Amino acid sequence: MKTRDPWFAGLAGAALVAVAVSAPVAKPASKATPAATYTVTLKDMKFGPLPATLRAGDTIEWVNSDIFLHSASARDKAFDVELKPGAHLWTTFHRAGAYPFACRYHPGMTGTLVVAK
Amino acid sequence: MLKAIGFAAAITLAASAASAASAQAAKPTDAQIAHIAYTAGVLDVAAGKQALAKSQDKAVRDFAAEMVRDHTAVNDQALALVKKLGVTPQDNPTSQGLSRDAAAKLASDAKLSGKAFDKAYVDNEVAYHKTVNGALSTVLIPDAQNAELKSLLQTGLKLFTEHQAHAKHLAMSLK
Repeated sequence: MKTRDPWFAGLAGAALVAVAVSAPVAKPASKATPAATYTVTLKDMKFGPLPATLRAGDTIEWVNSDIFLHSASARDKAFDVELKPGAHLWTTFHRAGAYPFACRYHPGMTGTLVVAK
Repeated sequence: MLKAIGFAAAITLAASAASAASAQAAKPTDAQIAHIAYTAGVLDVAAGKQALAKSQDKAVRDFAAEMVRDHTAVNDQALALVKKLGVTPQDNPTSQGLSRDAAAKLASDAKLSGKAFDKAYVDNEVAYHKTVNGALSTVLIPDAQNAELKSLLQTGLKLFTEHQAHAKHLAMSLK
């Protein structure tokens, strides 16, 4: 599922809610653990620190702080976020699982997000 | 390979050109460093464009597109920086040697096609990035005086290190 281009909207200061990794599940996130948003910054040709406690319903905000085009692309194609320099995009994870991902343009940039129920 | 070897020789030449006078005099100026780095980027963009025009291999084309896109991005930043700093990049023997060697490599690769071209292009990209990264690490970054120029070169080195790894992986897949 591909995220739409946020560049111009991002410049305008508009927030874009982007990708649903999978179809939303019927059960909402527990009230005891409200959905959270974590920021992952791409800088110096690396994905920054990934959240250790990601849960279904949580959102990743991808921020490209490099001067190069990057992407965050799941190996299983669950998400594919293209990030122009300076772009911010959001991916919400509805299902538990492990999501290995890489930058489509720089294969050496990799990571794995683990989503708990 | 010729381009990479030529670059290594040019960098060595630049670094030692004035060694008889003094070690300090051998160091390239920021204006020369900017010109060398910019030229190295321009030449790799040209090689990438040649690959995009000649190669039919998707992986090679993807890599070439990456080179064109990334080196153009770095050079755009470099141009903006020298404009901001009021520095005029200064042509120098190293840049001239790079351009001369690159022209020869483009001409020789132009005679190739198919897998022979792909292999020649990618092998040279491995060697070229290895040499450029070596020059950045040992000469250009240490000798850069302006902090912003040094930072941009360091950013470039991180990018080109990834390029080198990508090229090496691609070269292995072509064998």
